Amino acid sequence: MTKLRNNKAWWLVLPMFVLVAFSAIIPLMTVVNYSVQDIFDQNTAYFVGVEWYQEVLRDTRLHDSLIRQFIFSFSVLVIEIPLGILIALLMPKTPNWKTSLVLILLALPLLIPWNVVGTIWQVFARGDIGLFGWAVNALGIDYNYTSNSLDAWLTVLLMDVWHWTPLVALLCYSGLRAIPNAYYQAAQIDRASRWAVFRYIQLPRLKSVLVIAVLLRFMDSFMIYTEPFVLTGGGPGNATTFLSQSLTQMAVGQFDLGPAAAFSLIYFLIVLLVSWLFFTTLTYEREDTAQYKAVQHNEGGS
Amino acid sequence: MASITLRQLAHSYDGETFALQHLDHVWQQGGAYALLGPSGCGKSTLLNIISGLVMPSEGEVLFDDIRVNELSPQQRNIAQVFQFPVVYDAMTVRQNLAFPLKNMKLEKAPINAKVDEIAELLGLSEKLAKKAKGLSADDKQKVSMGRGLVRDDVSAILFDEPLTVIDPHLKWKLRRKLKEIHEKLNITMVYVTHDQLEAATFADEIAVMYEGKIVQFGTPQSLFERPNHTFVGYFIGSPGMNFIDVQVGENGLSSQGTTFHLEQALVDSLNGLISQNMKLGIRPEHIQIVSSATETSYSADVEFIEHLGDHQIVTVQFLQQRWHIRVAESYRCNDACVHFELPKMNLKIFVDEYLFELESLPLINKGSASSELTPLHKNTAEVRGAHD
Repeated sequence: MTKLRNNKAWWLVLPMFVLVAFSAIIPLMTVVNYSVQDIFDQNTAYFVGVEWYQEVLRDTRLHDSLIRQFIFSFSVLVIEIPLGILIALLMPKTPNWKTSLVLILLALPLLIPWNVVGTIWQVFARGDIGLFGWAVNALGIDYNYTSNSLDAWLTVLLMDVWHWTPLVALLCYSGLRAIPNAYYQAAQIDRASRWAVFRYIQLPRLKSVLVIAVLLRFMDSFMIYTEPFVLTGGGPGNATTFLSQSLTQMAVGQFDLGPAAAFSLIYFLIVLLVSWLFFTTLTYEREDTAQYKAVQHNEGGS
Repeated sequence: MASITLRQLAHSYDGETFALQHLDHVWQQGGAYALLGPSGCGKSTLLNIISGLVMPSEGEVLFDDIRVNELSPQQRNIAQVFQFPVVYDAMTVRQNLAFPLKNMKLEKAPINAKVDEIAELLGLSEKLAKKAKGLSADDKQKVSMGRGLVRDDVSAILFDEPLTVIDPHLKWKLRRKLKEIHEKLNITMVYVTHDQLEAATFADEIAVMYEGKIVQFGTPQSLFERPNHTFVGYFIGSPGMNFIDVQVGENGLSSQGTTFHLEQALVDSLNGLISQNMKLGIRPEHIQIVSSATETSYSADVEFIEHLGDHQIVTVQFLQQRWHIRVAESYRCNDACVHFELPKMNLKIFVDEYLFELESLPLINKGSASSELTPLHKNTAEVRGAHD
């Protein structure tokens, strides 16, 4: 009797299982399947083992793009997280119409489709008709993102900062709003400086939203595709060709499905690994160290 | 360390209704004071104005005769403990307690010595290395209080119902601790509470607040014996004072045909008043139950009796008012009706809610009888002015 009832329960799990299978497991396994075979046509395929992985890992073009990608994501985080926190800190604690206006302005870039963002900046940064490009040139700086790799690089970075800093700012603002006023009052009474308030009250209480912000910004920037593709097409040369564009070139342009599959799995693992690293470091509780230090202090002090 | 003077202090949050109504008050340097009042009477507002968290709409706050209205809490150098614990949860208990001292840029050694001392006093020594985040509510509040107590150079320490979240047993201990600390440090302390017992155990003098005003300031005993306002009578004591609306008659005060006999001098001076708002009040402890009706006794219907261990409270219906009578536990009430006497000396008269007294009354004890009035309060004085 009991066994029968248990079997019935499986039927209830089945719809979810099918859904997950179709949305995640089967596509992923397909990629795994491609990555270990050499496929010529529908009927001809050879098992090649880890050969594609070896080939991809030795590919210097991909090495370059991986390094480029890390530098880009790192720059994005280093600029956007502090900038987002700063913007959130500058917003008034008690909301009024000015806050609402700023919130709307902040949210605007987030609402624009990504390829449109690329297009906007493609025009905006042009030396002849773009306001930004023209202004920079007018300042006497020789700037041309279509021919100079550094200019192209900085433009892509600037575009990402423009596009995504608002997300960090909004997350931080919501985090700041969640801090009860009593904490600020207590800090005032304790004669805390502005910096101490930030360091010991605001920052610790922003931790949870910052974990989300860092993870989102890392994953998104690490997989960036559309905006640089529209803005620079990966150029000049390969200067702004990031990982996902290399992958697309390999899979769609050259139709190297095997290496492309191996590459996407490695790509996926890198994102997973770095995200995990970020998550564990950011959420790590320093209870033990604190205790250890306190014990040491007591021994040294008395 | 400083004395705190409030001059014509008023505050309104919305510009229309006043949470504080032009009050004048002085807290002397080194005193232990309580600010007692019901929820919403403006106690916390007053405290926040003193500490500088709230800017008063009108009037002045002086620390030792220096106007501090424009100074921030940081500049006022004042400590305040809030009703609900505020701990910096990213820090350990030690770091929490050291925080105010660290902000003053003190050396490490004196900070540690002071923190150890206060932790010892509050029973937090064992927990110094712990993260403040994981503490119990009791301990968190102790940490909040500790942050107020570590600084011994403060102008004053303000407590805003600091023991609300603390367990009753510990409450008593902590109150004793605070008192000890006060005796040791000689710092002005103002303790806000709505609990008269708490106020009386902590403070030498209590300011009773009601509807944005300080209606009386005095020792617990004087609040009990000579409540300056009907609210003080009602709020202090357990249960509070009994009241009845009265009119001045030929030979005393009367209500619904019942006459209350008083000193003739008092009745005479009451006779000249124009106010229609007169109340007679007596404490439940002062009503004397008699076994049978006499010429001077009154009678009332018993509603119910509560036995409270060492005494009992008899609730009666007297001239359509609910009155309480406190009697010894040995008393046995068998009838549906009790007879009692109201001793003249314990009857208080309130005109426009404020106590009305003659200087000759025994409690003030100023010698010979005289019909001159004591203007205990501005309002009473005004009434006098009107009939003079």
